[in-house]
Amino acid sequence: MKVPILKQGNILIATIQSALTDNDLLSLQDNLAHQVIQYRSQGVVIDITELDVMDSFATRTLRNIANILKLRGAKTIIVGMQPDVAFAMVQLGLTLPDIKTARDLDEGLTLLK
Amino acid sequence: MVDDQVSIPILTDSDIVSARQQARELAKRFSFSSSELAGIAAAISELARNIVSYATQGTVNVSLIEEANKKGILVIVEDQGPGISDIPLAMQDGYSTSNSLGLGLPGVKRLMDSFEIQSEIGKGTTVIVKKWVLR
Repeated sequence: MKVPILKQGNILIATIQSALTDNDLLSLQDNLAHQVIQYRSQGVVIDITELDVMDSFATRTLRNIANILKLRGAKTIIVGMQPDVAFAMVQLGLTLPDIKTARDLDEGLTLLK
Repeated sequence: MVDDQVSIPILTDSDIVSARQQARELAKRFSFSSSELAGIAAAISELARNIVSYATQGTVNVSLIEEANKKGILVIVEDQGPGISDIPLAMQDGYSTSNSLGLGLPGVKRLMDSFEIQSEIGKGTTVIVKKWVLR
């Protein structure tokens, strides 16, 4: 399932769906890396409200995306993580160090202003 | 009566999604909390990913179980991969997640109530985990 990316001003918004495969995540990484240059975007919000599980691969890929976008001159904010998903991540020992998070899309967009 | 078990062959990354979704649907029939369901899905995702990363093929078997006066879920993940030579090392925190290919086994152990692993070099690995419904 492809992740839709919306352009809003100088910000890109990627909305992740629940049934996301490893390859979907990798293509999101590619698409965002290209689109921040194409659209001269200064920030990217990745909305994971619909995501019902975060495992080591998803965590690592989100971290990689943030690092790649930083090198491309854009900020990344992860928004909307469900409490149950956060709970399972912490038990698995997964963290997102150095990545900005916000509770929802509005808050994420405010952080990028 | 609906089947109280599912068996999902694991070959590609889309099978990982299928395994965790089917396991979650099955587990919903017992009164697991939503955070326990997320934990079960995450644990199965890690175990199924190990198959795709290291063993190329295997199976995730999930069944609902009842024992004495408790209910739970039993997950048996088997592969015919290369086997794990040093299980204590694979069970160490950080061994997995710092590396680009994460085994994630210590995390799975924390998420579940019981954890057993058997592995034979050249034959494969079997991981058996259980999670009980809290009451």
